[in-house]
Amino acid sequence: MYKEGEVRIPSGCAISAVISRYGNKMTGEKIIESMIPMHDRSNGLGGGFAAYGIYPDHKDEYALHIFFNDKYRIEECERILKDNFEITKAEIIPTRKIPEITDEPIIMRYFVLPFASLLKSLQLDEKEFVVRVVMKINTEVNGAYVFSSGKNMGAFKAGGFPEDVGKYYKLDEYEGYAWTAHGRYPTNTPGWWGGAHPFGLLDYTIVHNGDISSYDANRRFIEMFGYKCTLQTDTEVITYIADYLVRRQGLSFEETASVIAAPFWKTIKNKPEKEREKLKYLRMVFPSLLITGPFSIILGFNGGLMALNDRLKLRSMVVGEKDDKVFIASEEAAIRTMDINAENIYSPMGGEPVIIKVKEGKY
Amino acid sequence: MSIDYIYSEFEVVRNQNRCTNCRACEKQCANGVHYFDNDKKIMLADESKCVNCQRCVSFCPTHALKIVKSDCSFRENANWSEQTIKEIYKQANSGGVLLSSMGNPNKLPVYFDRILINASQVTNPSIDPLREPMETKVFLGKKPSSIKRDENGEIINNLTPQLELSIPVMFAAMSYGSVSYNTHKSLAMAASKLGILYNTGEGGLHEDFYVYGDNTIVQVASGRFGVHEKYLEAGKAIEIKMGQGAKPGIGGHLPGTKIVGDVSRTRMIPEGSDAISPAPHHDIYSIEDLRQLVYSLKEATKYKKPIIVKVATVHNIAAIASGIARSGADIIAIDGFRGGTGAAPTRIRDNVGIPVELALAAVDKRLRAEGIRNNISLIVGGSIRSAADVVKAIALGADACYIGTAALLALGCHLCRACQIGKCNWGIATQNPELVKRLDPELGSKRLINLMTAWKHEIKEFMGSMGINSIEALRGNRLMLRGIGLNQKELDILGISHAGE
Repeated sequence: MYKEGEVRIPSGCAISAVISRYGNKMTGEKIIESMIPMHDRSNGLGGGFAAYGIYPDHKDEYALHIFFNDKYRIEECERILKDNFEITKAEIIPTRKIPEITDEPIIMRYFVLPFASLLKSLQLDEKEFVVRVVMKINTEVNGAYVFSSGKNMGAFKAGGFPEDVGKYYKLDEYEGYAWTAHGRYPTNTPGWWGGAHPFGLLDYTIVHNGDISSYDANRRFIEMFGYKCTLQTDTEVITYIADYLVRRQGLSFEETASVIAAPFWKTIKNKPEKEREKLKYLRMVFPSLLITGPFSIILGFNGGLMALNDRLKLRSMVVGEKDDKVFIASEEAAIRTMDINAENIYSPMGGEPVIIKVKEGKY
Repeated sequence: MSIDYIYSEFEVVRNQNRCTNCRACEKQCANGVHYFDNDKKIMLADESKCVNCQRCVSFCPTHALKIVKSDCSFRENANWSEQTIKEIYKQANSGGVLLSSMGNPNKLPVYFDRILINASQVTNPSIDPLREPMETKVFLGKKPSSIKRDENGEIINNLTPQLELSIPVMFAAMSYGSVSYNTHKSLAMAASKLGILYNTGEGGLHEDFYVYGDNTIVQVASGRFGVHEKYLEAGKAIEIKMGQGAKPGIGGHLPGTKIVGDVSRTRMIPEGSDAISPAPHHDIYSIEDLRQLVYSLKEATKYKKPIIVKVATVHNIAAIASGIARSGADIIAIDGFRGGTGAAPTRIRDNVGIPVELALAAVDKRLRAEGIRNNISLIVGGSIRSAADVVKAIALGADACYIGTAALLALGCHLCRACQIGKCNWGIATQNPELVKRLDPELGSKRLINLMTAWKHEIKEFMGSMGINSIEALRGNRLMLRGIGLNQKELDILGISHAGE
């Protein structure tokens, strides 16, 4: 059997998320529970979570979560880390032994800061530098895989059902202002942990349900800009697209949504002039980043979430709220599990982004 | 009779029971094949003049005619084909270079026929183009590398001029002179109704067709025929023709007999003089010279027109394309070795250049590897025969396709490949007024519109079956293609997997 990266594997999925608009902290308990009613949307071959605001003591350092196939890879990988970063802390990520999760790799967490002198000599900004080191490890060190690389956030994923993965990583002991979750239904996988979702780069994480038909057009375009799609998954390429548009091109999340789920030309034609010109411009400049085929995604970033459906709405996704919290999930049942009294539940239109930002200064 | 005698290639089969001696065939045949025998009171044929254009067959009111391949043959020889032997006789007789028309007809691989297209099943839904929007609009031209904003944070429109096409198909360059006034008129009318563009070719633009300027690409070739300020201003884009798929490295020669009346005036050369296009542009001996011509044309048109550079697919096409992508040009057009022509030396046409499928795959890959694919749009031609070829070309990485032969077929061409004679019975590749008027531009444009409308439907069906609802998401989407019966090297060059993988 080929693992992700050696073959392209389509998959269906369940997604769920919660965020506090005021930055109030929540443990991982609720988000784990939300995945239980959607159990049948996964098939036990991958589950995962992303949590924001969980490392307040190290909030200015990049938190690298890394899978190692064996201890020899640690040495090789740490050599690269030490060449590029000041490592302020290195530890094994604590886990709970449960019968549902087996065949675990070694899972490490490093808090790092890039050497300022290197940034200066390479003329790179800090984030670009981190991206390059992550790409280097993931493509050059066989048996080591960086699966989370943002500040004050982290992804946790494994083979298994998502509710078990949450328990395994002791997510009930972490506190974050935003959580996303993913249960995977791949059509073919040996259950490699790196292939589970969320997929992350810097603080951008994506959980995604879908099977995009534009994959290779998107991949071949984005790879021109230094990204390497080693996993051949939708989630990976969507994350890179988000990183390219938001971080490197400086687009807002709304603008990003109107590139990847661009309105139809006939919709654009009927918009007021200013908006029409802008939408037309974005479609003309980034035609290869339009994503077609079914998807519902939740993009997590420091300080917020964006939920987005493909423009035909070929995948289910609902949004609800209660007090300071906003919930997003594949099914309303998941939202009701997080808060039985959730209000204003609705299905966003295809291509209509739902962007929730935590109040400035509260995260 | 003589050692040069070659039995006619075709035989005219006339069913005498059906023939009414109406002499329609005689009137239709500009080659003078059919004649009425006054003594026998029947129609006869001089088959040596027949080019098998099927005009008489199509116009025989009683369906009494058919043209068949002659079965008179030399002794079979797997090494010396009949064609080769006949060509030697012709050359031994004339001492001349053999001339041919239209694209290379030989049995060489057609890679499009060895590529299969994907469709959605279960994991994602196919989309019904009759019920859901399905977008085929494309824009050709350079894309900016970064977003710029003004002091209020609003995005500044920094796009250079773009060509908007309702479908990614355009009519390829065919010059006025090599084809008729009515052919150009049909193409121009159809392009403007379809929301696409046609290409003047190198013979200038007839004054009557300036009104179709928004749907016109004006060409500048090595002969610079008919090039002047107003001409450059007239079109939506300017194409520099560096080469042609049917005759890479070879210039053009339109005989003086075709330089009559309006053709002479449009080309800005005296009546009866041969129109010779030199093999190279004599102001372009290298890539830096091309850059100068690109910018000369941009300066002359105040940076309002995208510049296309058209080249034939030769061995190092990827490197050439990379050079063009850095020359300031906005669009590159690559023309495959199957591309058509009004006349080319047979040996050149049949032996020079490479298949456009391989060239396209190599160019797209190279431009991406160098990170400059966004600097330039890519048009392919030579030969795109159907909506399936269009879909495969787009998925391999093309932005749009040029069709020449397919468009002429829609106008009535029967691919007899005798354009160089100038006696086109279908009114296409001729300047004989009696023949030209056989092509009705109203009907011709209607048939072109029909063809493109049909292709558009088919392209949408393909896209819908793949679960793609915008052509942008198909471009370069090679995962949607699989090879069949190709070796590993061919698959590697095409950048696709084999069927079953």
